Amino acid sequence: MQKLLLLGDEAIAQAGIDAGMSGMYAYPGTPSTEIMEYVQSSKDATERDIHREWSANEKTSMEAALGMSYAGKRAMVAMKHVGLNVAADGFVNSAITGVNGGLIVVAADDPSMHSSQNEQDSRFYGKFSFIPVLEPTSQQEAYDMVFAGFEISERYKIPVMIRITTRLAHSRSAVQRRAQIGENSVSLPEDPRQFVLLPAIARRRYHNLLGVYESLPADEIMKGYNRLIPGKDKKLGIIAFGLTYNYLLENFPGDSITYPVLKIGSYPVDSALFDKISEQCETLLVLEEGYPIMEELLKGVLSGGRTIKGRLDGTLPREGELNPNLVAEALGMPSERGAEVPPVVRMRPPSFCRGCGHSDVYIALEEALKEYTPGRVFSDIGCYTLGALPPYNAINSCVDMGASVTMAVGAADAGLIPSVCVVGDSTFTHSGMTGLLDAVVKDSPVTIIISDNSTTGMTGGQKSHATGRLEAICEGLGVEKEHIRTVVPLKKNHEEMVKVMKEEFEYKGVSVIIAIRECIQTAARRKKDEMARKKGK
Amino acid sequence: MKNDIILAGVGGQGILSIAAVVGLAAVDKGLYLKQSEVHGMSQRGGDVQSHLRISDSQISSDLIPYGGADLIISVEPMEALRYLPWLKKDGWIVSNSTPFVNIPDYPDINSILDEFRKIEKSIVVDADNMAKEAGSVRSGNMVVLGAASKYIDIPFDSLCDAVRKLFGRKGEEIVSVNIKALEAGRSCCL
Repeated sequence: MQKLLLLGDEAIAQAGIDAGMSGMYAYPGTPSTEIMEYVQSSKDATERDIHREWSANEKTSMEAALGMSYAGKRAMVAMKHVGLNVAADGFVNSAITGVNGGLIVVAADDPSMHSSQNEQDSRFYGKFSFIPVLEPTSQQEAYDMVFAGFEISERYKIPVMIRITTRLAHSRSAVQRRAQIGENSVSLPEDPRQFVLLPAIARRRYHNLLGVYESLPADEIMKGYNRLIPGKDKKLGIIAFGLTYNYLLENFPGDSITYPVLKIGSYPVDSALFDKISEQCETLLVLEEGYPIMEELLKGVLSGGRTIKGRLDGTLPREGELNPNLVAEALGMPSERGAEVPPVVRMRPPSFCRGCGHSDVYIALEEALKEYTPGRVFSDIGCYTLGALPPYNAINSCVDMGASVTMAVGAADAGLIPSVCVVGDSTFTHSGMTGLLDAVVKDSPVTIIISDNSTTGMTGGQKSHATGRLEAICEGLGVEKEHIRTVVPLKKNHEEMVKVMKEEFEYKGVSVIIAIRECIQTAARRKKDEMARKKGK
Repeated sequence: MKNDIILAGVGGQGILSIAAVVGLAAVDKGLYLKQSEVHGMSQRGGDVQSHLRISDSQISSDLIPYGGADLIISVEPMEALRYLPWLKKDGWIVSNSTPFVNIPDYPDINSILDEFRKIEKSIVVDADNMAKEAGSVRSGNMVVLGAASKYIDIPFDSLCDAVRKLFGRKGEEIVSVNIKALEAGRSCCL
């Protein structure tokens, strides 16, 4: 079979295609975006017509995937870690309903917050929901774990989580493909009431789930990902979870490691494995990418047990992602840095592209708000969050998808009037719409500025559900027609934009200003594609 | 054989094309490869880097340890210096000389070039102008790769083949501009 050079994300996508997946569901979010993008650009997926349309948000994607599983087919849903918060209701309850066709949930965590607002660890969600978690060490293992995940999912009729982190998601390596498996045909669950979570049924299902979860560590596939590698030097035992195993090996070239190592790639873990390494070694070093979840469990609350080193006792940093050097230092090995960065090197934070419409919106907003006290602009997640940085310093919040709308409403409730929201088009349809309905129902004095670049920009320009629909959505939700204003954010329209904003700030009800201009990145790409097509003809 | 390379630049400058060329050539030679990239927020005009590791034996970490890189290849001079903590004591640094100024406090270019003068094993090329001469200023990344190519344990012909493979879809003209750029970089540093 063919070898491919794939990102971790792409390996998961290719494996889904090869393992008989009928539907891929997702909302863009770094570092998970490339999973869906790969499926969308795959020839196989197009020929088989695998479902590959973006969803409005992670919750709708999770539920649609569960629906496909209900109908007997294999489905995969992918999201960034904070996306799992949005999908959590469906995710947690999908463990109780169980599945019919295999269901894999990919959660891509972002320790060190390279492109996120927190570094939450999705393994917690697995344990919280009694959903098994597979955590790959390499691109190849990520590929293989999709096959394993579907098998476990269909064997026990439960969803399976694959948890990756940024480093694996966005690192490329060779992957050996396997023979393709055919897709399932449509079939209904054996028990027609399996998915009806009325309390009486839910109690039965939950009881069943707890039994399954308890039996998982003994499963052959699950067991295959956890192994104790013997070592002669019993001064230290090392427990390496997921990707951290690579950082450990990096410090021992040519398999020269002499300590016993317990390598973990699947959860829940058979506790006998921990006993085995703990019997041999008085001191244990725990390596985890993310929160010290397992370290905390191993340590327990009683004193007097084994010495457990890791993120909790300062052997490793409590926060941020690990790397080969941090692991070396934890092992007391020398770790030599190169020359220091000369002071002439300046910070280069991300910034708006030259000519971006968002910047024109912020320049107009600054002027329109001049006569009011500062601190009344609630914003959201997307390229336009960069309005927080100099020279704009234009926004006062960025919390979670859609929070700009509802926080503006709450602040207006408190008397901060006018209260202004700046939200992107895709974020608005992701989770802003319901908040706007709240505002309409109580006629809140808020001005919602939707900076519509007709794409999901920050993640690289994916299709936005909002494109061409914003006016109709706002009108449908009950915003008065004369207070839905449309402007084009260009320098030449500056005066007009300021005027429209000022007028709507004065209005003591719900206003929506749609500032619409295509993202210059997607516009450039579109023009290039059009040129290429013309040339091709 | 093992080459650990840090590729550096600003989002949008084409460091991933350098990675793709070296990656394709490495895989063609049957070498192992791991290459980590930066996606997301930093791609919007922020500093970006890629850790590129090629070896004839298995590679463990996707990240190069501090003090472990054999080579820094940068398409922007200030960005090259940002990754010095990763460079081995006897590692090489190869950079474009043209600054990409998108921050208000970008330092005087001479103070940056002074830093390169302090580093014995450093090469600075005027990649933008050389690329222009080769046919397109956009192939400056290939000039820098060409200038760094003698420190990469892959035959130069293999890199040229990889350029043909990578840019083949875009037509013969783009392929030849990029090959010319690669050769111009190579010949200035032999």
